[in-house]
Amino acid sequence: MTDEKDIYEIVAKQAKVEPTNLTPNTLLSDLDLQSIDVVELVFAIEEKFDIQVPYSPSDQDAAGISFKSVGELANAVKKLVAEQHPESAA
Amino acid sequence: MNRVAITGMGVISPLGNDTAALSENLRAARGGIGPLTLVPHDQLIIKIGAEVKNFDPTAHFTDKQLGLLDRCAQFALVAARQAVRQSGIRFREELGSRSAAIIGAGVGGMTTLDENFHRIYAEGQRRPHPLTVPKLMISAAMSHITIEHGITGPAFTVASACASSNHAVGLAYQMIQGGMVDAVVTGGTEAVFCLGGVKGWEALRVMAPDTCRPFSKKRAGMVLGEGAGIFVLENLERAQARGAEILGEVIGFGMSSDAADIILPSATGQVAAMEACLKDASLAAEEVDYINAHGTGTVANDVTETKAIHSVFGSHARKLAVSSTKSMHGHLLGGAGAIELAATLVALRDSFIPPTINYLEPDPDCDLDYVPNTAREAKLRVALSNSFAFGGHNAVLAIRR
Repeated sequence: MTDEKDIYEIVAKQAKVEPTNLTPNTLLSDLDLQSIDVVELVFAIEEKFDIQVPYSPSDQDAAGISFKSVGELANAVKKLVAEQHPESAA
Repeated sequence: MNRVAITGMGVISPLGNDTAALSENLRAARGGIGPLTLVPHDQLIIKIGAEVKNFDPTAHFTDKQLGLLDRCAQFALVAARQAVRQSGIRFREELGSRSAAIIGAGVGGMTTLDENFHRIYAEGQRRPHPLTVPKLMISAAMSHITIEHGITGPAFTVASACASSNHAVGLAYQMIQGGMVDAVVTGGTEAVFCLGGVKGWEALRVMAPDTCRPFSKKRAGMVLGEGAGIFVLENLERAQARGAEILGEVIGFGMSSDAADIILPSATGQVAAMEACLKDASLAAEEVDYINAHGTGTVANDVTETKAIHSVFGSHARKLAVSSTKSMHGHLLGGAGAIELAATLVALRDSFIPPTINYLEPDPDCDLDYVPNTAREAKLRVALSNSFAFGGHNAVLAIRR
């Protein structure tokens, strides 16, 4: 099972905010994330969930995922985990 | 031609993490060479080095900054802060594109490379940290200096192995002299204490197992060091107009290349660089009081450098003082010229000649006054600082009090 709490914690750590300040509607663009923070954020998620996140916008569109908000990010991670680790599906 | 003043200097070094400590340790002949603590000893043959001590990166940088800063960049940034603070100069508001950053480095982010390649080769991880490249690049320290201080003019890193720092400072001097910019943050940095770094040097068989004894009989080679020396060079008239303290003046720079051997030094090339420097400074040989020698402590360097000094200075060679402060701070490689310029400047300012420590007895092939083992009180007026690199690249600076 993909724990949403883990995703919120990773985003919060990178954005230097408390996880409780993040809601599904929090836009990543509203967090103070520099380009390198995004690189580190994707890296941390990939390491945590042992997945590969498509990096370019066109690849993300093709995969049917979006990262605009924290909620979208959480859904995208769940989708990628389900696709890349079908054995872990509950 | 503009005259060029040094108005700020900062050091992070095996002889202390500010210029006051550097001066005190040089004068007291207290060396910084000891057992390596940054690298586990079990795979090492050479177990000594001159490490920077009491340097806590978290006292200077946030966690987020540290994710991007190799140890060599940390040293350079903190030393640059010291130099900029001392000079009282403001880049962001006042100078912007009329200022430059020119920093020397030999290899750059060696420990970052070592750690991240270890992840892949040894730990079987899929990939290195995503910021590995911007952290390891040889120019990273310089880039962070421009960002921190708002330096928007020329900015680049100079790499010529162990002459990198002298080439950097020399170019900075020429750029101000020619009027391209009014001030430059310059110097050099290096930090190679990681397993891969030390093993590489061990394999070359130029390292002393005991200590560094430049120009002495029974010398066994060089000892690695780490650290940074960073300076603010400034148009002298501008510096005087704003009432800055002048720490010294860069009055000459000479360069040459041996075009011969990738490792062995050549007296011919060293002579050419020292002569070019004297000519650039309009100095007679007799006017030079002190040479901070390249003095690595290898058999080849010390004999060659001694010959070259005889050739350039004639009978004055036996009158001037020559010392290798590498006997105390080790060989900082790309940062060597920078720490040695700092040593030369504090010697000029504080009126003493730094010694060559660990000196046992004279070598008949090294017959100059190396200021053995104890510092000497002396009012120095003009000094040279030699850097002679692998590849046969020679760079010599002349400094006046």
